[in-house]
Amino acid sequence: MAKATASLSGRDILDLDSMTVEEYELVMQTATEMKKIMKRDIKKVPSLRGKSIINLFYENSTRTRTSFELAGKYLGADVVNITASSSSVAKGECLRDTILTVQSMACDAIVMRHPLEGAAAYAAKVATPVVINAGDGAHAHPTQGLLDMFTIREQGKNFKDLKMTIIGDVLYSRVARTNIAAWTKLGADVHVAGPMTLLPRDIEALGVTVHKRVEEALEGADVVDILRIQLERQQKGLFPTPREYARIFGVNEEKLKLAKPDVTVLHPGPMNRGLEISWEVGYCDNAAIRTEVQNGVAVRMALLFLTLTGGKQIENAN
Amino acid sequence: MKTLIKHGRIVDPSQNLDAVMDLMVEDGVIIALEKEINEQAEEIFDAKGLVVAPGFVDLHTHLREPGIEAKEDIVSGTKAAAAGGITRIACMPNTKPVVDSSIIVSGIKERAAKEGYVHVEVIGAITKGQEGKELAEMGDMAMSGAIAFSDDGHYVDSAHTMMVAAKYVSAFDKALICHDIETELNNEGYMHEGVVSARIGVPGIPSISEDIAVARDAIISEYTGTHVHVAHIASKGAVDIVRQAKKRGVNITCEVTVHHLTLTDEACANYSTATRVSPPLRSQDHVDALRAALKDGTINAIVTDHAPHAPEEKDVEFRNAPNGFCGLETSIGVILTELYQTNLFTINEIVGKMSTEPANIFALNAGSLKVGKNADITIIDLNKEWTVNSMNFYTKGKVTPYEGKACKGKAVATMVAGKFVMRDGVVCAR
Repeated sequence: MAKATASLSGRDILDLDSMTVEEYELVMQTATEMKKIMKRDIKKVPSLRGKSIINLFYENSTRTRTSFELAGKYLGADVVNITASSSSVAKGECLRDTILTVQSMACDAIVMRHPLEGAAAYAAKVATPVVINAGDGAHAHPTQGLLDMFTIREQGKNFKDLKMTIIGDVLYSRVARTNIAAWTKLGADVHVAGPMTLLPRDIEALGVTVHKRVEEALEGADVVDILRIQLERQQKGLFPTPREYARIFGVNEEKLKLAKPDVTVLHPGPMNRGLEISWEVGYCDNAAIRTEVQNGVAVRMALLFLTLTGGKQIENAN
Repeated sequence: MKTLIKHGRIVDPSQNLDAVMDLMVEDGVIIALEKEINEQAEEIFDAKGLVVAPGFVDLHTHLREPGIEAKEDIVSGTKAAAAGGITRIACMPNTKPVVDSSIIVSGIKERAAKEGYVHVEVIGAITKGQEGKELAEMGDMAMSGAIAFSDDGHYVDSAHTMMVAAKYVSAFDKALICHDIETELNNEGYMHEGVVSARIGVPGIPSISEDIAVARDAIISEYTGTHVHVAHIASKGAVDIVRQAKKRGVNITCEVTVHHLTLTDEACANYSTATRVSPPLRSQDHVDALRAALKDGTINAIVTDHAPHAPEEKDVEFRNAPNGFCGLETSIGVILTELYQTNLFTINEIVGKMSTEPANIFALNAGSLKVGKNADITIIDLNKEWTVNSMNFYTKGKVTPYEGKACKGKAVATMVAGKFVMRDGVVCAR
């Protein structure tokens, strides 16, 4: 593996489209080191001591927010969580003013989750600290993409020519857009399937193959990414019933047999058991779902470290 | 008082004229147009090397008065028109209150006559409060001078209401201007549904939301005989429907905006709220179809849909931004840069689509330099190079998708009713 020469120092991390393969590589290598720190008895290094990170969350989140918080704390940074419902946002403060307010408190990074696409790009335009997108609407979720990438690589899989399948609500999924961008860039053969009402028109232009049936998409797949289906999509009338969704689009053991025996099953969580993923598949040996969560912390440690220090204190981290 | 405009290249599609001539104006009226005029005049304008055209007419603007003066008012809006070389604008009724009664029509006309820098025509609402339910008093508004009726900003959802409106208004020989975008399909998204929306994750609006609405209103026009004018047509399917309807002799016309002719949805890729507009900016195939339809006569007029908003309203997340941006001060420059300098359209065609034809659609006393006509004149320097800078705008709505654009061609003088209201980009005292 070539030593990465890229740098992410001071960079906003908004999506994976705007990162190069070399930059992915740098994050992967750094995350490998970070994962070692996580396995120590005392999981704390001083790499980001004196740095402050604000988690600005406009949407509910358990795993991503906690993961960022722990990532910052393991590296010695001070981390503050702001949730929109209990802040001045609830009093009608606009995004610009909220960002200007938090950056006035001398924070070094703003980690933002927002329900609207482009909000992270907007924040990056306004803010002087580093902005890390923790999910903006249906646009991007770069740290999820990087942790999936890390998980797949950890299993010894190289992206080139792998058949990688994404199943479910691609239309409203930032995880799907992020992974499509990264996986196609890495030379994988990306396939999608789901109800036609939940696949964006013209999605083929992103370089993926669309299947009407989940079975076709699963045939011989090396990696399967099962997307969470929001029940509000059914309430909007985009598919008839959860029962039909589970039967036709849900992934169960029988359907999973169509994939390669060593298929990696991913799910960004939280899972709807018995809807998009069966109980058995969620717990099968191929499921990397818990590993994804663990790797999420390592990848976020890597990103915070690389953007806030430029990677110069990697020795301290070791 | 007499003004003599000398040695200008007179471009006037109303009399098939493109020649260097002199033009004399007295008391707000064109009194002579000849090869050489040697009479005395109080004021002489040397138009050598410049195009002298009948004043430009913009059928689609929002002046925001009454009620929403934080975005624009009659004074700032008409100053912007004068600065942009436009001598006559029609304003849409989505104000607060909505222009749905004759007293509001006459109020706007009166204030515009007193304080405005260019002529203002008023478009009344089709339905009370633009709610799409009960008819507004269109007869009464027509008698107060409303030139047409529109629920602009809203599609009249009920086919029944639209049909009744078409029948009713026919007695007054007025047109219905239709904001033809099917509401439910429109409400699904915030930008054009296509490759860019698939990539950036912003929910898309299918282009057929326009086609479906235009088809219905073309059918209503054909059935009732009432003149339907499609506002801001922007999809290839919709222009095809209008083209076919015109072939059958349906009383239908349509307009296209400057931005739908010159920008694509790629402009939205960085989530700039300056590109949020309804209908949304579409893909290149639609832009090509609009240009072809402008060429073959399917589209009658180029408009701005000047829709100013206060800066803070546009300084938000993409989905939270209101639709629209200002256009009066960029329209001529952008059209000349993109359609004339590229040899796609002649200056005669452009003057036709921005002056003569829009005036003819609603039988306005404008769009011509014939002797005896109003002295509303736009003087253009086809070679003037300039850069769009919203800080220099007269409009209150500083947001434009053309910020920083290098343009070639600009209106350098605007005459309204015989008086210059703009010289070299500076609006003159009334």
